Amino acid sequence: MQQVIKWSRENLFASRMNALLSLASLWLIYVTIEGVLSWAFLNASFLGEDKSSCITRPHGACWPFVTAKFNQFIYGNYPAVEQWRVNIVFALGTLGLSLLVAGRINFKKQLAVLMLTAYPVLTFILLSGGLLGLSYVETNQWGGLLVTLVIAVTGIVVSLPLGILLALGRRSELPIIRIMSIAFIEFWRGVPLITVLFMASVMLPLFLPKGMNFDALLRCLIGVSLFASAYMAEVIRGGLQAIAKGQYEAGKSMGLSYWKSMRLIILPQALVISIPGIVNTFIGLFKDTTLVMIVGIFDLLGIISFHFTDPNWTSPQVPITGFVFAGLVFWVFCFAMSHYSKSVERRFSVKGESK
Amino acid sequence: MSGKHIIEISYLDKYFGDFHVLKNINLSVAAGEKIVICGPSGSGKSTLIRCINHLERHDGGDIIVDGVPLDDKVKNIDHIRSEVGMVFQQFNLFPHMTVLENCTLAPVWVKGIPRSEADALALQYLERVRIPDQADKYPGQLSGGQQQRVAIARSLCMQPRIMLFDEPTSALDPEMIKEVLEVMVDLAEQGMTMLCVTHEMGFARRVADRVIFMDEGEIIEENTPTAFFDNPQNERTKLFLSQIIGD
Repeated sequence: MQQVIKWSRENLFASRMNALLSLASLWLIYVTIEGVLSWAFLNASFLGEDKSSCITRPHGACWPFVTAKFNQFIYGNYPAVEQWRVNIVFALGTLGLSLLVAGRINFKKQLAVLMLTAYPVLTFILLSGGLLGLSYVETNQWGGLLVTLVIAVTGIVVSLPLGILLALGRRSELPIIRIMSIAFIEFWRGVPLITVLFMASVMLPLFLPKGMNFDALLRCLIGVSLFASAYMAEVIRGGLQAIAKGQYEAGKSMGLSYWKSMRLIILPQALVISIPGIVNTFIGLFKDTTLVMIVGIFDLLGIISFHFTDPNWTSPQVPITGFVFAGLVFWVFCFAMSHYSKSVERRFSVKGESK
Repeated sequence: MSGKHIIEISYLDKYFGDFHVLKNINLSVAAGEKIVICGPSGSGKSTLIRCINHLERHDGGDIIVDGVPLDDKVKNIDHIRSEVGMVFQQFNLFPHMTVLENCTLAPVWVKGIPRSEADALALQYLERVRIPDQADKYPGQLSGGQQQRVAIARSLCMQPRIMLFDEPTSALDPEMIKEVLEVMVDLAEQGMTMLCVTHEMGFARRVADRVIFMDEGEIIEENTPTAFFDNPQNERTKLFLSQIIGD
């Protein structure tokens, strides 16, 4: 207790001005927290089958909306009897990722390869079906968190390797490759994602021959992936430029080919330097998936706002609660990514560097 | 003549844009010969040895290394690079790998030697540069002198027939220069063909068969170390020597 008093004297109330600022800040913190807590808990309604309980408590969150619609928020309109397929995909994904992230196992490399090859194939078969006796589920029935994750994970998995290739291409000594990479990057970076999505969903079918049409979700996946790759390329190019010329020369002078010296010497260093930027792009991509709403695909945010119109749930608190819930889910995923990236940075930080 | 010479450079020209950095260089190096190249900064001495392993592309003339002409054929360039080791002023070790990994990288990935064999080879060469106990450290944990000795060992692991040194001691603190030079003297005594760009005149006197003085992209004077230092012929050589000995 004495230490607490001593600490606050030194740090909070050292001078008159200091004391004034401390009190003001404490008051501000109290007001904010009090407001949030009373909205989320004290004045909130927790139980109910429809809006009635929420209308009686007009100053608090309407949690029954979230609990009643939870299934749609996660799966969209994915048929209830087939939802076990989504659950398997989620479970395998979570298991694989957590083993890769936290597990101390000695088959990490094999697992990573499996997660990048077999897992996507399995996911595709399980989710869309039409094979192995699984009934076919059209992608316009997919929705909610499922769609958000499908788009984000595809974008992340495609954009990193493609971004690396584009970054290397932009620094290539071969003019054709360099010009093509620059053109690609500048095109995709110069166009807003909304435009890309509109083009993919509205314009593209006009150019394709009659009768040929491919899936709306697939078109979005391609659009988002290419868009993210352009950003990724520039982030990685920054890392490549930070590598001293001597590293390239040392590789060359030992007779390593271009690809070997990139893989063994340059990229391992450049990617570690680029981690903050890479994660930034991942997080941006994850949040940008909400834009697919405007081309009629219901991601998490899309399906939540869609359900605001349900006449059983017309209450002023319903949209607020829905948006807060969406925000929370997005925050959890983004924070996890950012937190994990810090540990990756630590693990790969160069030993003995004085920093 | 070509039978004896491991490097033959004839009528070599090199430009950086409009700047004529190497002008009509002719130089033949016999197997086992040690050559020290000196000259004021900007004289083209580093560029000359960087042309020998094609870190710089030459614009005119011929370079033949161990019977293989250095042209734009990737196969020839790769072959020559595997025969020619290079040590840089800034060491250029790979900071994300341990000392041992630095040394085994090229043997494993270029020559395809099994890792266990490459490890044994690397330890043998680390012993020769007198730092076998640092094999598991990272370059950033070593002193400059130790790093440069690792860089020498790394080059030796490819078992080259020729070693190029580009100002290997210029980035070192004075007390570390000696340990690097000692390793280089050892190497010279074991019969390695060496081309060293350096201003270490003591080293030149002790080891070199020939000293070459370059200025403004030309070889101005070449001679045995004794004759070169005690009785320089050209005015520019005299001026240069008076400047570096004047320090």
